[in-house]
Amino acid sequence: MSGITAEQVAHLASLARIDLSPEEIASLTIDLGQIVESVKKVQEVATPDVPATSHPMPLTNVFRDDIVVPSLTVEQALSGAPDRDGDKFRVPPILEED
Amino acid sequence: MTDLIKLSAADLGGLLANGSVSSVEVTRAHLDHIAAVDTDLHAFLHVAADAALATADRVDARRAAGEQLGLLAGVPIAIKDVLATRDMPSTAGSKILEGWIPPYDATVVKRLRDAHLIPLGKTNMDEFAMGSSTEHSAYGPTRNPWDQERIPGGSGGGSAAAVAAFEAPLALGSDTGGSIRQPAAVTGSVGVKPTYGGVSRYGAIALASSLDQVGPVSRTVYDAALLHDVIGGHDPLDSTSLTDPWPSMAAAARAGLADGALTGLRIGVVKELNGEGFQAGVTQRFTETLALLAAAGAEISEVSAPNFEYSVAAYYLILPAEASSNLARFDSVRFGLRENPTDGPVTIERVMAATRDAGFGPEVKRRIILGTYALSTGYYDAYYGSAQKVRTLIQRDFDAAFEKVDLLVSPSAPTTAFKFGEKLADPMAMYLNDITTIPANLAGIPGMSLPMGLAPEDGLPVGLQVMAPAKQDARLYTFGAAVEQLLEAHWGHTLLSRAPALAPVEMFASEEGVI
Repeated sequence: MSGITAEQVAHLASLARIDLSPEEIASLTIDLGQIVESVKKVQEVATPDVPATSHPMPLTNVFRDDIVVPSLTVEQALSGAPDRDGDKFRVPPILEED
Repeated sequence: MTDLIKLSAADLGGLLANGSVSSVEVTRAHLDHIAAVDTDLHAFLHVAADAALATADRVDARRAAGEQLGLLAGVPIAIKDVLATRDMPSTAGSKILEGWIPPYDATVVKRLRDAHLIPLGKTNMDEFAMGSSTEHSAYGPTRNPWDQERIPGGSGGGSAAAVAAFEAPLALGSDTGGSIRQPAAVTGSVGVKPTYGGVSRYGAIALASSLDQVGPVSRTVYDAALLHDVIGGHDPLDSTSLTDPWPSMAAAARAGLADGALTGLRIGVVKELNGEGFQAGVTQRFTETLALLAAAGAEISEVSAPNFEYSVAAYYLILPAEASSNLARFDSVRFGLRENPTDGPVTIERVMAATRDAGFGPEVKRRIILGTYALSTGYYDAYYGSAQKVRTLIQRDFDAAFEKVDLLVSPSAPTTAFKFGEKLADPMAMYLNDITTIPANLAGIPGMSLPMGLAPEDGLPVGLQVMAPAKQDARLYTFGAAVEQLLEAHWGHTLLSRAPALAPVEMFASEEGVI
């Protein structure tokens, strides 16, 4: 096996900002171990002489002219917000307080 | 009497243009059928009946006023729920977006409206397009019209089932690793994944941005081509959109109907996507189709793509890596669900984690965690970096193959539709089902699936996959239309005319005398 541990999965979940229950961590540890073991196969042919491809149709520097074009209104941009304060998104505190 | 719902989009367009039928009549016929069969089928997550009839009425008025409209004006269409629509919820099959109505339309949706098609509603899908069966939809699965105990494919099972069950003549799908082509195969319909960049992704809720592509879903190759012409072409709002001029796909499909369209065409059979691991009836129909093609003058040869066996492994590193990054936008701040933690301090970070726990289903969590792992310091080169190298090797396999042949063919899926639950407990078994379709996404080339018969052992549809070099989408349509004509002449009927009826005949009495 690939040696994925429950501690690793818990750490990944905190990096990905997902609260996982102990049961979810346990089952994901097994799933992830099996999947990683299987996808590891890519290393068999990924030799140093092969260049990496990140994109199927390489395009570079796709720019447009720097002119103002119509975009969402403030009201449209806020239309799906879970909470708002006037023209702003309202969020819970960033820092923990006593 | 002709059932309006059984007609192709092209035929409906013709009747609408010559005034034999109104768009309101056509739209109502489809809405009635949806009302009759969709409780069981569950192809739709949302049906916009009133809006559809109102739009149809406006199109009829324009036509009555003498306006010259496009070939598909007044024809109804279903839209995969991954696409943003400013007047319908757009959930991507996820609870985290339940009820969300975007403030804008995806470019492809805007183009449908500009061409006066009639949006009927939004179709079901695996959550964020992660799956091959719709079993990962947060709103419950769609059933296969051929056998309701079986999956309709995924992720676009809703769009494929909707056209196969005559709920809509056309639908939009999205294909990241086969989500248009595999559902087409298992429902006996047609689906096309265009060249990467050929159709705008603006407003398509992103899964894996270097793989995702929007495309047409239909019952005939020509209908798919007509829809491709409406949605395709450069979009400045998508920085990966290609600026190339495109030929008419509809003209390309019509060219396939000419005598001798297959003569001298060099067809390569991908050795690695055939034989072992494929259901016997799938292989049998594939072999028979090749024989028909050869008899019609095509030159069939076998080509090898030795790196394809690494494609599933590469895909299930690249996709989760990109998805884990794309899905970071679901942060409880700007749109979508917000869920407070059940105990402890309420900070933004804890609200985010509680929201993502409550809003994401098990497959989404699995892939985000896998992607986060693949991108972690210390593992990046070994996994994500290696997968990107495999991508180069697969592109090279395609380049070498297309030096020898004009088109590549394979079965679209290794099996016919499997039963609900069969692969749910084993993620790798579900992933391996995508072996046939994934290589095209990794290389960015276009692919099509069209019906090539029913497997003798289970009577379920089998799909033929055709792949062309990048930007040669027109070649798919010419070949696809030729093959479709050849097979239907051989069978003496369309494949979908063999599908079991879903609703009582009385449902259609109201249309009597319309044509």
